Amino acid sequence: MNIHEYQAKQIFAQYGVPTPKGIMVESVRDAVKAAEELGGPVWVVKAQIHAGGRGLGGGVKLARSLEEVEKLANEILGMTLVTHQTTAEGKLVQKLYIEDGADIKSEFYLSVVLDRKLEMPLIMASTEGGMNIEDVAEHTPEKIITIPVDPSIGFQGFHGRQLAFGLGLTDPVEQKNIISFAQKLFKVYMDKDAEMIEINPLVKTGTGEFIALDGKMGFDNSALGRQPDIAAMRDLTEENADEVEAARYGLSYVALDGEIGCMVNGAGLAMGTMDTINHMGGTPANFLDVGGSASAETVAKGFEIILKNPKVKAIFVNIFGGIVRCDRIANGIIEATKLTDVNVPVIVRLDGTNALEAAEILKNANIANLIVGNDLGDGAAKAVAAAKGN
Amino acid sequence: MSILVNKDTKVIVQGFTGKEGSFHAEQCMAYGTKIVGGVTPNKGGTTHLGQPVFNTVKEAVATTGATVSMIFVPPAFVGDAVMEAAEAGIELAVIITEGAPVKDMQAAKAFATKHNMKTIGPNCPGIITAQECKIGIMPGMIFKKGNVGLISKSGTLTYEGANQVCNEGFGISTAVGIGGDPIIGLSYKQLLAMFEADPETHCIVMIGEIGGDLEIQAAAYIKENITKPVVAFIAGQTAPKGKTMGHAGAIVSGSAGTAVEKMAALEAAGATVVVSPAEIGKAVTKAMSKL
Repeated sequence: MNIHEYQAKQIFAQYGVPTPKGIMVESVRDAVKAAEELGGPVWVVKAQIHAGGRGLGGGVKLARSLEEVEKLANEILGMTLVTHQTTAEGKLVQKLYIEDGADIKSEFYLSVVLDRKLEMPLIMASTEGGMNIEDVAEHTPEKIITIPVDPSIGFQGFHGRQLAFGLGLTDPVEQKNIISFAQKLFKVYMDKDAEMIEINPLVKTGTGEFIALDGKMGFDNSALGRQPDIAAMRDLTEENADEVEAARYGLSYVALDGEIGCMVNGAGLAMGTMDTINHMGGTPANFLDVGGSASAETVAKGFEIILKNPKVKAIFVNIFGGIVRCDRIANGIIEATKLTDVNVPVIVRLDGTNALEAAEILKNANIANLIVGNDLGDGAAKAVAAAKGN
Repeated sequence: MSILVNKDTKVIVQGFTGKEGSFHAEQCMAYGTKIVGGVTPNKGGTTHLGQPVFNTVKEAVATTGATVSMIFVPPAFVGDAVMEAAEAGIELAVIITEGAPVKDMQAAKAFATKHNMKTIGPNCPGIITAQECKIGIMPGMIFKKGNVGLISKSGTLTYEGANQVCNEGFGISTAVGIGGDPIIGLSYKQLLAMFEADPETHCIVMIGEIGGDLEIQAAAYIKENITKPVVAFIAGQTAPKGKTMGHAGAIVSGSAGTAVEKMAALEAAGATVVVSPAEIGKAVTKAMSKL
């Protein structure tokens, strides 16, 4: 789960990680009020969406007067922002963050992520602040320093020294400030079950202080149960509505661009089914994992979500029953054809637990448009042919 | 022979009396697995499915001599359960539970390693040595005894792969579902080494997916150390960047963790890489016919 910049900064503030003062607003009037409250003389008007690259997309702008704040708030609020991290359709800006301008002397990059290879958190830092860190990693990898921190010992002095010297900081006050900053940030990472924290840029001010000018946080979904304050920060308007709806029924759904709707049990088989369709010359319209406890109701819901997509020309149901019983899926398909108008061919391949019973149920139901796939390859081939109108 | 577990392996179940634990323990017993007891705090001294229940893993191990634990406790308690098993001297913990916090698994795995306990999972179907011992939730009937070892991050692709191998007239020595979380226990590399050393295994099927670099590490290991034929499939060639595809660990971040990169590395290491899971069975037949 991701949160907005203003929310990340609220969390930073609780832990004493320095950030500029700012206020989140949802109207132009409140934007001006916020600017008055902050006092100026310089403000930054920032679009709040769950994607990076906002500045380049025109979603972050500097204002030198209250009039300018008003003008910029008017421009940015309600605009559809397209960045390298959004889809081509972009994201609607519904919230702004009005922030004090900072005295920037130099810009750095700082993040904490999980290193899956080392199986521990990793602090990454660079003097190349404000740049896309993936570009830095590709072109000048020597400018990125990495410091793994074993949680069983926590953030120690030597981690801090590696960071300060690695960034070329020689002033003792600046060294002390960056170490304290990173130490607090690491605590945020551990305490809040974060998956990643990224500050880009982290700025050094004229007085040698370090301030989080930006803040991006993602969290471990599996830990949200014990992080109620984080779970409460979820902004559903930033997520794909169909994916949210699907999740409510225990379905894992991701929309794609193709023509063949997929309903599969298990994430691996769901990806493998998409790959097979693609390999046979078709295009998958979605990823959909019905999960381990699929019922007639969830299957019917899955059909409904798949069919919302007007591009779908055929549906491939591919189930290898382990815990999921094929007869339940078969009943779900019958249920779905009663509840929704399934107006495209449905190719069904059911194997594993209770597959024979399922075949019998489907045969007796006599559903028009239903084509049986004998195995994964056969089912995918039939789905590709059906989508092409053959 | 086989790897890790066989007909003599003594298994306890943590979360024995819960709904999931009960259901699957019963299925495992019906398959022939020696479930010798289970652990549920405050139910010690009772009997469940004809086996003794203990309050702690320590007591269960002392009384039954179990070496493997199958873990079904709820996600929030998985870390604790794994560490308890490690401390009690369990040699292998098979963690079925889905949705354990990453931070907990990080600490639990580090602790398990310190105590020389191997782990499989979490969020996995478990491990099965065909027609001998099933520790997990897979449908046992599709695994016929044979000479193909199978390693997979995905549960249903494990079934798909095993089913194809058996339909081709071959069978499975041991199949291991390693799970698709960001932090998992035994990985391809370690299991490849075990299959290489197992005389019953003649060919290895390795099923991976996008995200992380375990498959890349496996490729390097195959190149240097594996003499048996490897058939590999990587799921997620058509997955969009930056999206989590069902499994918490299945995500392409930036240019890292793509299917293309992994397939190329495995190909270069000498593995037979298939572009669709539908081709696993045929590829195994081809590999076995050359032996």
